[in-house]
Amino acid sequence: MRRIHPIVTAMAMFAIAFLYLPLLAVGVFSVNATRYGLTWKGFTFDWYTKLLQNELILEAAWNTLVLAVVSTVVATILGTFLAIGLDRFPWGRKTNTFLDVVLHIPVVIPDIILAASLVVVFGLLRLISSVFEPGLFNMIIGHITFQIAFVALVVRSRLVSLGRDIEEAARDLFASTSYLLRRVTVPLLLPGIMAGAMMAFTLSLDDFVISFFTAGPDSITLPLYIYAEVRRSVSPEIHALSTITVLITVILIIGIERFTRK
Amino acid sequence: MLVWYGELTTQRNLARRGLGYLGPGILWLLVFLVLPGLVLILVSFITRGGYGQLVWDFTFENYKRFLGFSVFGWTADYFIIMWRSVWVACMSTLICVILSYPLAFFICSRPEKKRYLWLTLIIVPFWTNMVIRTYAWLLILAPDMPLAQLASFLKLIPPDTPLYPSAFAVYMGMVSIFLPFVTLPLYSSVERLDWSLVEAAQDLYASRVRVFTQAILPQTLPGLTVGIILVFVPTMGMFVVPNLLGGSKYMLVGNLIQQQFGPSRDWPFGAAISMALMVLTMISLQLYRRRSKEVEII
Repeated sequence: MRRIHPIVTAMAMFAIAFLYLPLLAVGVFSVNATRYGLTWKGFTFDWYTKLLQNELILEAAWNTLVLAVVSTVVATILGTFLAIGLDRFPWGRKTNTFLDVVLHIPVVIPDIILAASLVVVFGLLRLISSVFEPGLFNMIIGHITFQIAFVALVVRSRLVSLGRDIEEAARDLFASTSYLLRRVTVPLLLPGIMAGAMMAFTLSLDDFVISFFTAGPDSITLPLYIYAEVRRSVSPEIHALSTITVLITVILIIGIERFTRK
Repeated sequence: MLVWYGELTTQRNLARRGLGYLGPGILWLLVFLVLPGLVLILVSFITRGGYGQLVWDFTFENYKRFLGFSVFGWTADYFIIMWRSVWVACMSTLICVILSYPLAFFICSRPEKKRYLWLTLIIVPFWTNMVIRTYAWLLILAPDMPLAQLASFLKLIPPDTPLYPSAFAVYMGMVSIFLPFVTLPLYSSVERLDWSLVEAAQDLYASRVRVFTQAILPQTLPGLTVGIILVFVPTMGMFVVPNLLGGSKYMLVGNLIQQQFGPSRDWPFGAAISMALMVLTMISLQLYRRRSKEVEII
């Protein structure tokens, strides 16, 4: 353990306070008894009970969950195979560079550009098939697209740090290709795959822009709902909804930490 | 025939199997990432019809308009917005870096068992949706709250007005959203820091500044670079924060693009602005890459 200057500690505390100020403000006003204005009028849980009667919000919560789970599952599978294919085969230098560039596009390009290009392409595809009407299906496609790259990058770094020795040993002991994948590569990779999946899930929950551009009237998610409400006026119900979202996040993080550390 | 780690096989056999792994993922990225990108480039060169539909007539009009040439003569509006976006992105990144260093060092100075706790403390806001963390500033900067009271007491703003929409509010939103994006990668670099180099520098009477620039900065550069990219890129295209906290007074290029795809329904012009944003982001990253190499040499 190292001693650090008190000024460093003070600045660190300031940074943490800065991170939590917004969450704290939302939490405090979610139990404030007044509907209008921001003065403290006493403690209440009314806004939380009102939430549960709001069918729009329940539907939005459901949509958010479906979107995050479906896109994460698909992206994790595709991304993992992509990483294995990238790292475990003797591709030429040009192919490798090309694949590398494609994988890094979602990292180095603002997401609003991906969103814009998807709007245009879905708009053109709509001329062919009505499947591409704005809605949950399009949102899932959009989310998978940026998740795949992140999953593949995370899994690949795990593959690189694993090295090839163990797989080589398995090969020497006459493991077939599918046996090698099932019993050696994937089990060894599991922490990397989990980390990639977690990252994908987070990205999906955190995303606003891609959803905002590709959503239809029946596929409102929680961030979209909150945004639309805030644009009209800030209400205590929204604070309550946001607070619940934060609490669920906390529970999720603690759960994952328990899971990954044992 | 060749031996590919422990297996006697042929080039063709390997390529076929490799494609089996790569195929679905790459196909997905080609269809939904590369192809749409190309289509966007194409659309930036065509014309908008009277009702917002696409008319496939080749034109440079969208780019000319973006450069400020319109029927009413030349305007600098789009230049100002572009410049402001780059400026906000650079400054937000800088503030995030300045706050992240103490934070990363602080977490590393905790006993090992407690570090997880502190890291979790950083991850909770990181995982909270940015819409929530953005609109929360509408509450904090409201007229009844201490910050606005203080500002009006100092005669910075008229009494009973909120501190938003303003540049200040935009920075607050940006930094509070993106701070963890620098702190987390920086932390992983600081954790692996070789302290003997720092101590050697101190033993040789290096000033605090030199200890930082020559013993700490080069060692933490990998994490710092990841952090800088993770903040700079999204802040360049950000539209939630300027929309809620900046209003029409402090528009960024993200709002401009969203307007074209939303209310104005001018996809070709929106595509042209997107291209400009992409080029600008690429140039900035390239410049940073060159600069950061210089840092390594020192």
